[in-house]
Amino acid sequence: MKSLGSIRRDFAPWNDPDAKPYIAFENVTKRFGDFTAVNNLSLSIYEREFFALLGASGCGKSTLLRMLAGFEEPTAGRILLDGQDLRGIPPYRRPVNMMFQSYALFPHMTVEANIAFGLKQDGMPKPEVDARVAEMLKLVKLEQFTKRKPHQLSGGQRQRVALARSVAKRPKVLLLDEPLGALDKKLREETQFELMDLQQSLGLTFVVVTHDQEEAMTMADRIAILDRGEVMQVATPAEVYEAPASRFVAGFVGNVNMFEGTVAAREANTARITGASGAEIVVENAGEAAAGNAVAFAIRPEKIKVSSRKPEGAANAMEGEVFDLAYLGDMTVYHVKLTDGQVVKASALNSARVTEDPLTWNDRAWISFRPDAGVVLTR
Amino acid sequence: MNATWSRFNITSIVLGFAFLYLPIVLLVIFSFNESKLVTVWGGFSTRWYGELFRNQGLMDAAWVTIRVGLISATVATVLGTLAALALTRYTRFRGRVLFSGMVFAPLVMPEVITGLSLLLLFVAIGLDRGFLTVILAHITFSMCFVAVVVQSRLMTFDRSLEEAAMDLGAPPVKTFFQITLPVIMPAVVSGWMLAFTLSIDDLVISSFTSGPGATTLPMKIYSQVRLGVTPEINAACTLMIAVVALGVIAASLVNKRREVQRLRDEQAAQRG
Amino acid sequence: MAETAVSSPSAVAAAQPASASGSLLNAITSRLVIMVPYLWLLFFFLIPFIIVFKISLSQTAIAMPPYVPVLGVGEGISGFLAQLRELGIDNYVWLTEDPLYFNAYVSSVVIAAISTFLALLVGFPVAYGMARAPASIRPTLLMLVILPFWTSFLIRVYAWIGILKPEGLLNQVLLATGIIDQPLVIMNTHAAIFIGIVYSYLPFMILPLYSTLEKMDFSLIEAAQDLGCTPTGAFWKVTFPLALPGVVAGCMLVFIPAVGEFVIPDLLGGSQTLMIGKTLWNEFFANRDWPVSSAVAVILLLLLVVPIMIFQSAQARAQEQGR
Repeated sequence: MKSLGSIRRDFAPWNDPDAKPYIAFENVTKRFGDFTAVNNLSLSIYEREFFALLGASGCGKSTLLRMLAGFEEPTAGRILLDGQDLRGIPPYRRPVNMMFQSYALFPHMTVEANIAFGLKQDGMPKPEVDARVAEMLKLVKLEQFTKRKPHQLSGGQRQRVALARSVAKRPKVLLLDEPLGALDKKLREETQFELMDLQQSLGLTFVVVTHDQEEAMTMADRIAILDRGEVMQVATPAEVYEAPASRFVAGFVGNVNMFEGTVAAREANTARITGASGAEIVVENAGEAAAGNAVAFAIRPEKIKVSSRKPEGAANAMEGEVFDLAYLGDMTVYHVKLTDGQVVKASALNSARVTEDPLTWNDRAWISFRPDAGVVLTR
Repeated sequence: MNATWSRFNITSIVLGFAFLYLPIVLLVIFSFNESKLVTVWGGFSTRWYGELFRNQGLMDAAWVTIRVGLISATVATVLGTLAALALTRYTRFRGRVLFSGMVFAPLVMPEVITGLSLLLLFVAIGLDRGFLTVILAHITFSMCFVAVVVQSRLMTFDRSLEEAAMDLGAPPVKTFFQITLPVIMPAVVSGWMLAFTLSIDDLVISSFTSGPGATTLPMKIYSQVRLGVTPEINAACTLMIAVVALGVIAASLVNKRREVQRLRDEQAAQRG
Repeated sequence: MAETAVSSPSAVAAAQPASASGSLLNAITSRLVIMVPYLWLLFFFLIPFIIVFKISLSQTAIAMPPYVPVLGVGEGISGFLAQLRELGIDNYVWLTEDPLYFNAYVSSVVIAAISTFLALLVGFPVAYGMARAPASIRPTLLMLVILPFWTSFLIRVYAWIGILKPEGLLNQVLLATGIIDQPLVIMNTHAAIFIGIVYSYLPFMILPLYSTLEKMDFSLIEAAQDLGCTPTGAFWKVTFPLALPGVVAGCMLVFIPAVGEFVIPDLLGGSQTLMIGKTLWNEFFANRDWPVSSAVAVILLLLLVVPIMIFQSAQARAQEQGR
C-alpha cells in the first residue's frame, strides 16, 4: 500500500478508534459582539501530540488557544481537558500553560524570578523551586543568565526564558502562540528543532498557533487548517500537502495548480475530467468524485514535468508556451501558458549544473504529469 | 538631521525658553538683593532668607501646606489609580460616560468654580472648614490628574503580562499587586509628585475651602503679595522653586541613568 | 483576530462553583475599583455643582451660611413644596440687570480668546522647533517645558509684577538702552493680563502641539514641496492640518481655565480689569453674596460647556486611538 509518509509513523493515536482525545472542542462557538470568531467547531487533540493550528490572521486560531487557556469562555459548546469540562475554571486554576507571542516576560523580575513565578503560586517549597528553576535553566541553556532582567537578553534568549517559564510547572498541555514569530529566519529554523526535542523529552502535549505553514509542517504531528472560525482539515503535514481536503486547503498550503472541470467518466479508482476548454485529464485516485460532478484537479508544481517536445506515453500532456521563468538556484520555476490561456506553474529541480536544450521565454513547451500526481477536489 | 533643524527653529526655541525662564531667574536673583526696594539692586545678601525663617506665620503656613500636600497626594494617588484602572479596564459599565466626564472635567474646570462648589458642599453637610476640608478638596481635583497620568501608562500596558501571571496560577488580585502595580509604578510615582505639587501650589481652591488654622503657604504669600512685592516673598518663592527644581532634576537624572544603563544592557544583549 | 482581551465581569460571574470563591472576590474587587473613585467624584464633584445650582436659586440672607436654606428634607413634603415656591431666578435677573456682570463675562471671553491666540502664536514655533530638534536632546527640551509647570503658579505670576511695574525691570532696561524715554504702563492693563496668561499657560499649549508634531512624518513636507508646494503652502496644507488635533487640545487647555482665571487679573490686571473669576471671588469674599456668586458660577459653567465638550471629545478620540 502506498503511504503519505509520516515521520513518527508509530505515533498516530488519531487512527486508533479506542484512543481517547486529551483535549476536545465540542461544537464550540465564540462570538465577540457581532463577530463570530469560532463557529461551531469540533476538534480532538491527543496526549503527547504536537498539534498546530494554522490559519491566516482572523481565522480564530488564537481565540481557540485563549479559550483553552481560560482567557475567553466559549459562547456555546464545551471544551474538555482529560475528560474534565473546563467551563468556568479561571486561567489560574487550569493545568495548562501558555507561551505568549510577546513572551510577556515580567520586566521587573530576573530570569530566575520569572521562571519561579508559577511554581511559587502553587506554594512549592523553596528548595524545590530552586531545584526546578535550575533544571529549567539548564534545559534552555541559560544557566549564566539567572540574574539578568528581560531587557538584558537578546530576542532568542527571551524566547527561551518564556519557554522555560511556561514548562516549569509541568503543565498537562503547553499552548504556544506564534512561538517563533519574533525571531529572525535563521534562529527560527534552529529553534523549531529545539522545540520538537523539548516536546519529546518532556512528553507534553503541545498546541501551537501559527500562520507560518513551513513552521507547522516542520514541527507538528497534525495540523488543523482554520478559516473564518471553521476547521477546513485536520491531518498530518504530508496529508495536508498531498491530499488536501478542499480547494481552500490546497491553495493555502504550498503552491498549487488548479484545473476546474467536470467528471466525464468514472470507473473504479480512475476518472476522466474534462475542462471548460475541452482538455482532458486522467486521474487515478479520484476519491469520491462521481460522474457529472464539478471538481477541481489540484497538482503541485514539482509534480509537473516540462519538456520542449511532447513526452512519449504520458497519461496527461498539454501544450503551451513558456510565459515566465524564475531561476532559483536549486530549482527553476516555469510558468507555462496553455493553449486555453491557463497559466500552469511547474518547478524542475536543477539536478545537473548544465542543462541541455534549456527552455526559455516564449518557447513552445509541453507539460506532463502522472495520473496519480494530483488530487480531485469536490469541495 | 541637523540640517533640518534650521536657524528659525533654534531661534524660536531659544526665545521661547527665555520667555519661560527669565522671570523666574530674575525673581531668584533679586531674592539675594540687599536692598529693600525689590527692583533696585543693592548688593548681594542672604538677609531676607534669615527674615523668612524668623517669620512664624510663613513657617506655620509652610508646615500646613506640606502636611496637606503629603496626605492629599497619597489619597489622590490611590483614588486616581483606581479611576485609571476603571477607565482602561472596564470598557462597559453603567454611567461610564458620566464617570470619564467627571475624571476629565476637573482638569480644565476654572478653580473658582471648583472651590466655590466644594465650599457649598461642606457648608451643606455641616463640615467645619479647616484642615480636613482643604485635604478633601485637594484630593478631589488632584486625583483626576493622577488618573490621567496613570491611564496613559495603562493604555500602553501589555495585557499579556497579566494573562501570563494568571496562566501561571496567580489570581487576579495577586496579579495586580505582583505584576501590574510594579510595572506601572513609575507612572504612579509621577502621579503622586504631580498631585503633591498641585496641592502645595494651590491658592484658589484652598482659599475657598480652608478655615481658621489651615492657612496654606500660597494663601499667605497671596495676602502679602497684594500689599506689594517684598524681598522676603522673593526668598520664599526661591526656596519653593529650589525644592521643586531639585526634585524634578534629581528624578530625571535617575531616569536618564536608568535609561542609559538599559540601552547599554540591550546593546550588550544583542552582541552576546 | 479578536485581540481585545475582554475579561468581562459577566464571564467571571458565570463561573461555576469550583471557582466560586475566586470569582466572587473578582466581582467584588472589580466593583470596588469602579465604585470607590466613582462615588468620590459623585460626592465631591457632581453633587457640589447641584448644590451651587440650587443655591443660585435661593435668597440672600444675613446669616451664616448667608442664604435662605432651600430644599432641605427636614420639613416633609409640605415644607419641601413651600420651599420650592421660594426658589426664584432673582439672582439671574439681577445678573442681567447689572451690566457689570455682562461686561465681565464678555471681557473674560475676549481676554481668554486673545490670550489663547497669542499663546498659539508663541507656542507653535517652539513646539515645532522641539519636534524637529535632534532626537537626543528632545527629552531635555521637553523637561525644560514641563519644569516651570512644577513651580508655583502664584510665584510665576508674582515674578511678572517686578518686571512689568512702572519702576520695574523691563522699564529699567528699556530706559537705560534709550529705546523709550517714558516708562511704559503695562502693569494693571490688559496687556499685563495677556502676558500673564500666555506665560502661565504656555506649557499647556506647547505640550499637545509637540506631541502631535513629534509624531508627524516630516518627509510629508518634503513630498509636498517635491510636488510643487511652496514652504508656506506646505505649512498650511500639510503641517497645520496634521497638527490640528494638538492645536485644538492646546487652545482648549488654555482657553477654558483662562476664562475663569482669578489670580492673573487680580495681581496683574489691577482694579480696572473685569474678569468673571475675579467678580465671583469678590461677590463671594467681599460682598458675601453666596447666591449671586453661585449664579455667576452657573453662568460661567454654561459658557464653558461647549469648549469643555470639545476638549472631552478630542480627549476621548485620542484615547480610542491609543487603544
